[in-house]
Amino acid sequence: MKTVNLTCVECPMGCAIEVQLDGESVVSVVGNTCPRGLAYAKNEVVCPMRVLTTTVKSTDGRMVSVKTDNPIKKSNMFSLMQVINGITVTAPVKIGDIIMKNIEGDVNLVATDCLK
Amino acid sequence: MFDALVIGGGVIGGSIFRELTKYKGSFCLVEKEEDVAMGASRANSGIVHAGFDAKEGSLKAKFNVLGNKMMPKYCEDLGVKYRNNGSLVLGYGEEDYNTLLELKQRGERNGVENLSMLNRDELLAIEPNVQDSVTCALFAPTGGIVCPYELTLASIGNAMDNGGQLLCDFEVCKITKENGVFKVIAKDGREVLAKVVINCAGFYSAEVAKMLGDDTFDVQGRKGEYILLDRESGDFVSHTLFTAPTKAGKGVLVTQTVDNNILLGPTATEQGRSDSTITTPEGLGFVTEKVAKMCKNVPHFNTITSFAGVRAYCDRHDFIIEHSQKAEGLINCAGIESPGLTSAPAIAKYVVEDLYSKFNALDKNENFNGKREPDYFFKNLTDEEKNAVIAKDHRYGKMICRCEQITEGEIVRAIHENPPARSVSAVKRRTRAGMGRCQGGFCQAHVVEILARELGVSYEEITLSGKGSEIVVGKVK
Amino acid sequence: MKKSYDIVVIGGGPAGLAAAVSAYDNGVKDVLILEREPRTGGILNQCIHNGFGLTRFKESLAGPEYAYKFAVEAEKRNIETLTQTTVLSISKDKKVTAINKENGVFTVEAKAVILAMGCRERSRGALNIAGSRPAGVFSAGTAQKYINVKGYMPGKEVVILGSGDIGLIMARRMTLEGAKVHAVAEIMPYSSGLKRNIVQCLDDFGIPLYLNHTVTEIRGDKRVTGVTISQVDQNKKPIKGTEKSFDCDTILFSVGLIPENELTKGMGVELSPRTKGAVVYQNRETSIEGVFACGNALQVHDLVDFVSEESELTGKSAAEYVLNGAKPRDTINCVQGKNINYVLPQKIDKNASGDVKLYFRVSNTFKNCTIKLECNGKELIKRVKRVAAPGEMETLLLKESLIKSLEGDVILSLEESV
Repeated sequence: MKTVNLTCVECPMGCAIEVQLDGESVVSVVGNTCPRGLAYAKNEVVCPMRVLTTTVKSTDGRMVSVKTDNPIKKSNMFSLMQVINGITVTAPVKIGDIIMKNIEGDVNLVATDCLK
Repeated sequence: MFDALVIGGGVIGGSIFRELTKYKGSFCLVEKEEDVAMGASRANSGIVHAGFDAKEGSLKAKFNVLGNKMMPKYCEDLGVKYRNNGSLVLGYGEEDYNTLLELKQRGERNGVENLSMLNRDELLAIEPNVQDSVTCALFAPTGGIVCPYELTLASIGNAMDNGGQLLCDFEVCKITKENGVFKVIAKDGREVLAKVVINCAGFYSAEVAKMLGDDTFDVQGRKGEYILLDRESGDFVSHTLFTAPTKAGKGVLVTQTVDNNILLGPTATEQGRSDSTITTPEGLGFVTEKVAKMCKNVPHFNTITSFAGVRAYCDRHDFIIEHSQKAEGLINCAGIESPGLTSAPAIAKYVVEDLYSKFNALDKNENFNGKREPDYFFKNLTDEEKNAVIAKDHRYGKMICRCEQITEGEIVRAIHENPPARSVSAVKRRTRAGMGRCQGGFCQAHVVEILARELGVSYEEITLSGKGSEIVVGKVK
Repeated sequence: MKKSYDIVVIGGGPAGLAAAVSAYDNGVKDVLILEREPRTGGILNQCIHNGFGLTRFKESLAGPEYAYKFAVEAEKRNIETLTQTTVLSISKDKKVTAINKENGVFTVEAKAVILAMGCRERSRGALNIAGSRPAGVFSAGTAQKYINVKGYMPGKEVVILGSGDIGLIMARRMTLEGAKVHAVAEIMPYSSGLKRNIVQCLDDFGIPLYLNHTVTEIRGDKRVTGVTISQVDQNKKPIKGTEKSFDCDTILFSVGLIPENELTKGMGVELSPRTKGAVVYQNRETSIEGVFACGNALQVHDLVDFVSEESELTGKSAAEYVLNGAKPRDTINCVQGKNINYVLPQKIDKNASGDVKLYFRVSNTFKNCTIKLECNGKELIKRVKRVAAPGEMETLLLKESLIKSLEGDVILSLEESV
């Protein structure tokens, strides 16, 4: 049995959650105040996921902000950063445009800003 | 070959440089930093002293009183802010009263006009924030304030407008003399020839003199740390407040600045041959403690920044302004500590008219124009005048520094004016962009961009203050 | 351009946009937004991280996405917006003087003014930190602008002072872009940042957070070469012998936000020394009739969602003022008592209709405490809280019926558990 202490990040409440683990399987979750917290805790101890936000450069040198449209594996952040830093977009770019399809699984990299 | 070469772009070198260009000839000023006004003239109290402090018969006393009288006109010509705010020396009790009385008498012998003693009520009427323990004050209505780097920049800029040549990043490492001609050699190999060398190298003036075999004086550094308060507290005091000198030494001062900030300080830390300007917790604590004895309710919550400057003083404890006793053609201006700023116009006149004239005849430069417009002129215009300027150059309609309300037009102007600004700090000293309460937080990135564009270099090459102080380290991607 | 408007909004950030849209939707169509930057959206445009809008839109948006939602609403309504326009001054009688390239210096008259200038970061200078003054010292927001907007790295080896949200966000951002963040030092015994940012910006990358620590020395002549942090005692004074030294080329400061109120001061509006923003009634009207304030210029919010909410209320109030004029007031004060840093609004007009939501911050971290609202020694509301911290803005709803019954100033305080 292993105990993992987490701070829930689903909302600004920041509940302190305690997860009991038996190997890979979750035995109990205590401290969360909502179902989102429960889901977060279960995920976090097995395979933590993060939305990655960063920028890509454009041909004219300007930056445009981007994010993964769903969480990606936390452990993949740096390798994906390398991929993203190799991308160059050309204006115009609109919010929501897919900058790179299936950057991890079926997760896409999308623009979070416009570039006129 | 130049008729005269000035070494050192501080307020003394700058004033002499300008004074020289009133006459026919070719003149050059060399400065080891990337910009002028980078030594003691960058960071001092900015006081135009009345002249009661200096020992009678000293050069300090002589040039202080003369300089004090010249300063208003000198600043007006150069478009430099000057305010005759008057100085007050605070006293605590009878012993101090007598000290102040002595100061008053000394001042009168030095030629200082209109000195008077104030009792507590009279003092409170003009400075309501002085501490309860203050009982009396010496009032010197001729005391004033000026911004030391502004004055230096304007003097050098005006000298350049009148034909003088400025060489920055020129660190003198060797001077030779052959057939009556000096060859001044910089660290990077550049050479300048001159008939006369005027040594205004401040902290390094003894080293420069020694390059020509003159070892008649030594220079030491004394650090002064300051705290600067926001303009929001600008009316905390209106005069410059000193305390009576005691056996424990001179205290600190509390003064308004010409830009309506409040300046507290300085410390006086002997540091020998170091010109380090780091601030220390002890130093800033000392200033806070001393100021608390002078004033009530000091608005420290409005602190904008703290900084330090190094004053160069020499072992003779008076200014050295003379022909070198060892090297013919070398004029030394050394150990110009306080009241050097006040004295600068008078020193310049004396050096050129009485010392330099021994070597070169003084023929008036008919084309000399002693007037100069400052880089920050825009803010003081009426709306109609501003619109006339914007109509001609739209960049004056683009606000860059919101704290000090400085436009792109003024920044561009500072980059192309004499002496040209090439770094973020240089722009700041000329225009005040980044000098305000956000300390460049909002405008610095814009200033970097304008500098890169106007100088035709990349963003990464722009520095805070010369090579090695690049603002960014490279592209993100 | 026109010489007068019903409402002039100063600032086109999230607060200004929401206020303008709300004023429009509440019946005043003649609205002008003045914005300094080339586009609206304010600081959100450089906040490329996500987490915005969770409360309001129930989704996690990046800063520019959140701003865009409001910019679109303003555009739909054809609300006139002047960008690259800096307001220089506002007179007591609501004449707004501004400057831009096209119009030069110009003045517009307004029936109502909404102050939505946002806030600025405290600088290094304000902290009197000893040492040298080399390149490589940035406020966190300035570094954010360099990286996200300009595309330049301010440095590679970083120490951050202050664990406010911007500092935490920048720790992650710089790490992702290849910098090494050695430490985050926080002078308080707790971080003022959001929990999720501590987890996702520091813990995820193994960046140590030193609580009760401050920077005691900055080294470097031309560029930063190192920094020393020290532990502080209860009076926030550094403890000798606890120094930790780091070699680094960059120091970021994230040491607090201050509402921007130079214009507010200039026009003579009463300011609160606690919030550093205007003193307002529940409708966000300031001490000058027809002048309103909202967003971070009024009080520094934790979440932009609350900025939008407050600004919509303000826009509505301004519209009501334009349409109906001023009404006689019956004012009581809302005062912060024990363990409370500030309460807003500071004034309540009993004649106004509707409930009033009090916003407040506590002065320290408390566990199992009680929030109390009193009037003339009588306890009106009592609320037990598990946790309260200065970093999290708290709210308390006062029902209209309660307000009508008040017979004097109300005092909000926090009782610690015994």
